[in-house]
Amino acid sequence: MKDVLKYSSFAFAGAAAFGLAATTALAETDLVVVSWGGAYSASQQKAYHEPYMAKNPGIRILNDDSSSEGLAKLRAQTEAGNVTWDLVDMVASDAIVACDEGLALEYDPDELLAAAPDGTPASQDFVEGSLMDCFIPQIVYSTTFGYRTDAFEGDQPSSIKDIFDIEKFPGKRSLEKKPIGNLEWALLADGVPVDNIYDVLSTPEGVDRAFAKLDTIKDHTIWWVKGAVPTQHLADGEAVIASAYNGRLFAAIEEEKQPIAMMWEWQVFDLDGWVIPKGGKNIEEVKKLVYFATDTQRLADQAKYISYGPTRKSSAPLVGKHAELGIDMAPHMPTDPKNAAKTLLFNYEWWADHRAELDERFQAWLAQ
Amino acid sequence: MAQVEAAPGIMTTADGQPLKLSLQRALRRSKIRAMLLVAPLFLFILVTFLLPILDMTFRSVENQLVSEILHRSVPLLQQWDEKTGDLPPEDVFQAMVEDFKEGRENRTIGRVGTRLNYEVAGMSSLFRSTARKARRIKEGPYTDALIKANKRWGDVETWRLIKRESGTITLSYYLAAVDLRFGSDGSVQAQPENRQIYVKLFVRTLWLSTLITALCLVLGYPISYLLATLPTRTSNMLMILVLLPFWTSLLVRTTSWIVLLQQEGVINDLLVWVGIIADDARIRMIHNQAGTIIAMTHILLPFMVLPLYSVMKTIPPSYMRAAMSLGANPFTAFMRVYVPNTVAGIGAGGILVFIIAIGYYITPALVGGTSGTLISNFIAYHMQVSLNWGLAGALGAILLAIVLILYLLYDKIVGIDNMKLG
Repeated sequence: MKDVLKYSSFAFAGAAAFGLAATTALAETDLVVVSWGGAYSASQQKAYHEPYMAKNPGIRILNDDSSSEGLAKLRAQTEAGNVTWDLVDMVASDAIVACDEGLALEYDPDELLAAAPDGTPASQDFVEGSLMDCFIPQIVYSTTFGYRTDAFEGDQPSSIKDIFDIEKFPGKRSLEKKPIGNLEWALLADGVPVDNIYDVLSTPEGVDRAFAKLDTIKDHTIWWVKGAVPTQHLADGEAVIASAYNGRLFAAIEEEKQPIAMMWEWQVFDLDGWVIPKGGKNIEEVKKLVYFATDTQRLADQAKYISYGPTRKSSAPLVGKHAELGIDMAPHMPTDPKNAAKTLLFNYEWWADHRAELDERFQAWLAQ
Repeated sequence: MAQVEAAPGIMTTADGQPLKLSLQRALRRSKIRAMLLVAPLFLFILVTFLLPILDMTFRSVENQLVSEILHRSVPLLQQWDEKTGDLPPEDVFQAMVEDFKEGRENRTIGRVGTRLNYEVAGMSSLFRSTARKARRIKEGPYTDALIKANKRWGDVETWRLIKRESGTITLSYYLAAVDLRFGSDGSVQAQPENRQIYVKLFVRTLWLSTLITALCLVLGYPISYLLATLPTRTSNMLMILVLLPFWTSLLVRTTSWIVLLQQEGVINDLLVWVGIIADDARIRMIHNQAGTIIAMTHILLPFMVLPLYSVMKTIPPSYMRAAMSLGANPFTAFMRVYVPNTVAGIGAGGILVFIIAIGYYITPALVGGTSGTLISNFIAYHMQVSLNWGLAGALGAILLAIVLILYLLYDKIVGIDNMKLG
């Protein structure tokens, strides 16, 4: 018994010493920033976190690569009343859900975000429609098409109609396994003007029409779930045309030198950005970080490391060369005027309404 | 006779305590000690296993959200007769506007929209847009103002839905989990055919798990036999071959199958090169059911081999020799003497593989394509992407019920005592 007491008092002393160490460490603030991991987190680390920590020695930014489960985990933390995250990187559609669920902090753009260098307030400087109640936009990325340059003799795919044209461009397609994007593309290929897409999709006949168009390539399509897969399909020759995130295609083409080219017509824009969890413990500190990380220069800096476009108009002229490859990044941006002649921006509100229903319909269609 | 009467009916220990009592005390002490030893494990299982299951099962019927947040309008709605086809009276509209103002203030109204959107598409944006406009509604008539804010408030269906989902308990999630739904008149009806998926997925999950278990048994039995009968040195070598993939990361193994089986993959290349198939007729072995079956059989094989091996190791070789010396041919001896002795291992391996297979989701998600995904993929989807935890809970509870029923059946037919893990 004595022994037990002796050991437990040791343990107590140890715990006390540990607690002491913890409190001294608390003199500086740890900010837990959740993002996607991989090349994307690396670009944020170099463009935002490292310069910020250099300027603010009291702040330590800890990366957590959980964004792919961000929504579910944030909800679990909020329900448990113990939010350990300070800042979460999310795609816009998830941010809308987080906002609706009361998980994220609402903010006033002109109060929280820096003005452009020429004094334009943030609410004017960010791309139209990108600022939302809880969502602080960071980058524009797009889902677009890549094709193997050695797959077709003569004409190469150049329009959305070609993607659905099995006769002219035979071979497997690799598409993302969800209705978002695919339904819009199907209608565009079927000749629906871009402004009417969501009106048509709001009718049962319109949905049928989109699925009927997808039917024409269903037997020639393999479906991907993880972002790294479509470029792998192209590289292996498993597919000749694939829809993929433009940053992944950039990496496959420029870094891995695969025989792949991009087809930008009707690329679908999507936004990715920050959300501040409502119950976070360091909200004031994290607001300062967000102010810094979303200013004009920082957003332009991120494009040096990854080919995603900044959401600030004032950042676009500052986009320079790739930090390692030394190539000009501007032509690889989805927002570059040459690439962005025909683009589609998701109607997030519409999808928030219809996602559940169409997901089920899409899965049932796949299983047929 | 008199002696027996004189003796007290109770035996005592040396210190005069009744023996029974002191024995009980000693037993109780050791029982408490045993329980204390088990307590950490029990607590661990309670916190990480039982409570989460209970919580998710609770969520599959729990439905307090609507009545909690629309706390003014829901009680008033109860007096409204939804069958008349008339809109609710003005006071319901007024209460609703106030609920909206409060819900907008403390950011809760969006959750009601999300919740109702599980039932009828469009509710999410209805609530979001109304919340924005509601604070500008200062005075009545509220009916007109709300309908002006969004015309769906003039649709009786919207109000019927709110009334139907305002109870504290709902069956909607379970209905959705078996491809049913409430009609607008409150009756249970089938989902439209192009949205029916879950029943099909349950059937597919059960069928594929059974098939994979059978394949594991067919492949694992000879391997285990070999392991159990070979000399130790060789069998250790073989054992490493079984264990090595077992220790390798699941993702690595799954990805290697993709490399091997895809249409431009190693096996197809080989077949084309040898000339068995033409270059334009490459076989599809992955991104479909075949892919799921192959990869999962490979991944789950060790769970069959190990229990089988441990049981076979205990069967003395003399049994077979005895059977044959009594006149049985090798086949009869094997079927009538050896196999019955391994039933415990077959049962353990089978149930292990089957139960792991039924809840598998990473491998089917990666190699299953469209025809090889399982119900667990959808549970994961509703947990992580759609955040419809109620439906995830209902799907999970049904899966759990199926497993328990099968387990009881197994116990009835084979007997759970016959199971042996080693």
